[in-house]
Amino acid sequence: MIIIGERINGMFQDIAKAINDRDPKAVQEWARQQEYNGAHYLDINVGPSSREPVEAMKWLVEVTQEVSDLPLCLDSTKYDAIEEGLKVCKQPPMINSVPAEMPKMERVFAMAAEHGAEVICLTMNEEGIPKDADVRVGLAAELVATADAYGIAPDMLYIDPLVLPCNVAQDHGPEVMRTLREIKMISDPAPKTTVGLSNISQGTKNRELINRTFAVMAMANGLDSAIADACDDELMAAVAAARIILDMDIYCDSFVDVFKQHNR
Amino acid sequence: MAVEIMKEKYRSKVGEVVLGATKDEGGTRSHTITVGGESALPFLHFEGEIPNRPVVAMEIWDIVPEEWNDCFKEYFGDVYSDPAAWAKKCVEEYGADLIQIRLKGADPDLADKSPEDCADLVKKVLEAVGVPVIVIGSGKAEKDAKIYTPIAEACAGENLLMGVAELEDYKAVTSACMANNHNVIAQSPIDINICKQLNILISEMSPAMAKRIIIDPTVAALGYGIEYSYSIMERARNGALQGDKMLAMPMIGNAGFESWRIKEANIPEEEQPAWGEQEERGILWETTTAMAYLQSGIDILVMRHPEAVRVIKGNIDDLMKDNSY
Repeated sequence: MIIIGERINGMFQDIAKAINDRDPKAVQEWARQQEYNGAHYLDINVGPSSREPVEAMKWLVEVTQEVSDLPLCLDSTKYDAIEEGLKVCKQPPMINSVPAEMPKMERVFAMAAEHGAEVICLTMNEEGIPKDADVRVGLAAELVATADAYGIAPDMLYIDPLVLPCNVAQDHGPEVMRTLREIKMISDPAPKTTVGLSNISQGTKNRELINRTFAVMAMANGLDSAIADACDDELMAAVAAARIILDMDIYCDSFVDVFKQHNR
Repeated sequence: MAVEIMKEKYRSKVGEVVLGATKDEGGTRSHTITVGGESALPFLHFEGEIPNRPVVAMEIWDIVPEEWNDCFKEYFGDVYSDPAAWAKKCVEEYGADLIQIRLKGADPDLADKSPEDCADLVKKVLEAVGVPVIVIGSGKAEKDAKIYTPIAEACAGENLLMGVAELEDYKAVTSACMANNHNVIAQSPIDINICKQLNILISEMSPAMAKRIIIDPTVAALGYGIEYSYSIMERARNGALQGDKMLAMPMIGNAGFESWRIKEANIPEEEQPAWGEQEERGILWETTTAMAYLQSGIDILVMRHPEAVRVIKGNIDDLMKDNSY
């Protein structure tokens, strides 16, 4: 499973302060730590309160790339910020994200096609997040078809079925699992899938346990990647074990280290 | 409408390892040999690159090989007691790409040769031939641990391939290779998990050694588990092509050693008339075994019988012909 390290995000105070002061220390430290612990991509999000998101995104991308060669995941609802980030990325990044809403899809898929970027696609539209799997899969198909019109292959898309906290919307859990399975039947090649892992445990006790249990269950249902805390050692170990059980990696006694150390 | 033929796409490829060193590179070899580098399954030239042809090493011993079948005397009987001449004959008359010296004489139960004698012998073989050289211990781990460093030091610069490192005994030979820039054979007992783990352990001793490992997955002879070896090698190679760095090394196999220790290759015709003439049978057994391992992705075949070597080298010529479309 591809781990998109979530930590460079302006909703964390140290990153917000770093952006505000233009002091790259905290950003670069988190970039290094997440890479060291096995992240495959680094999510870059200027945070909800940034007053100048376009400039902040450019700066975050640049200072992150100074210390890490990992591909980035440009995370913003402000597409001007993403476009600015795309211009300075050294290698094609992921765009995070686009919902199944026409004007937004048009803007994002055009940018993605131009820059060769992958795109995280949300199974929601103007009406919000659907509860049942059928509607989610329908929106996923819309996203795949629209991307195709821009020449973007389905396997460049990461469909996010959108998880809600398990204490708020418990009945969404099985629907998300079914959505993950059925997304794989939309097209050949199939789209990839992703989730914002820690959403599942917002406001709960024992968050790490819920996160890693969800991760391995979702992997068994076809989850390809997750935006997650790459520095959560137990999560990374659980993912490593799930990869062995799903025959994605060949077993050896050091299987946890091998999964975490692939960047080193 | 044109039909598009589906081709497998691979994410990664096998690493390349250079064996031997010329004068300019600090050694005395007439040329070097590069193995590995495949970016497709064996000989599927239409799906990727097979940049380096598989090579054949011929096996020599440092003592007279009493246990070898008598049919080998016709070819090597005159040089059995002179390993340097034996090596020369393998290269000049029988076309060996490399020489593998098995230091059987170091075995405390046989000649119990000293580490210095072993190092001298390897030096003599290096003087006699220009091809890259493989050096294997006696098979007795305790004694072998004492001979690796003297040999590695005496041959510093020659970029040897030395072995064998096993899960329980990998440190001595690996550190000898590390300190003197040689390559190491990592041997596992027909077990993909141990194969990978051993490569990890060697790489942890020194990241640079990860690029100097040749995998010996252990090759069984035809009729003695060849299908197990095949499936392990296939799994390792598929792992390598899909990006598993700890399996992305070239492979070596002792096809000669394994084939010539089984009864089918050795029992005289008088005892089994229905099996046919013994030498021809043995040659066929070694050749068939080696051919199967070429198809499994072997990069270095270690062989014994000159006729089997001749046939296999022709087979490699055929397999290396471009079949891409």
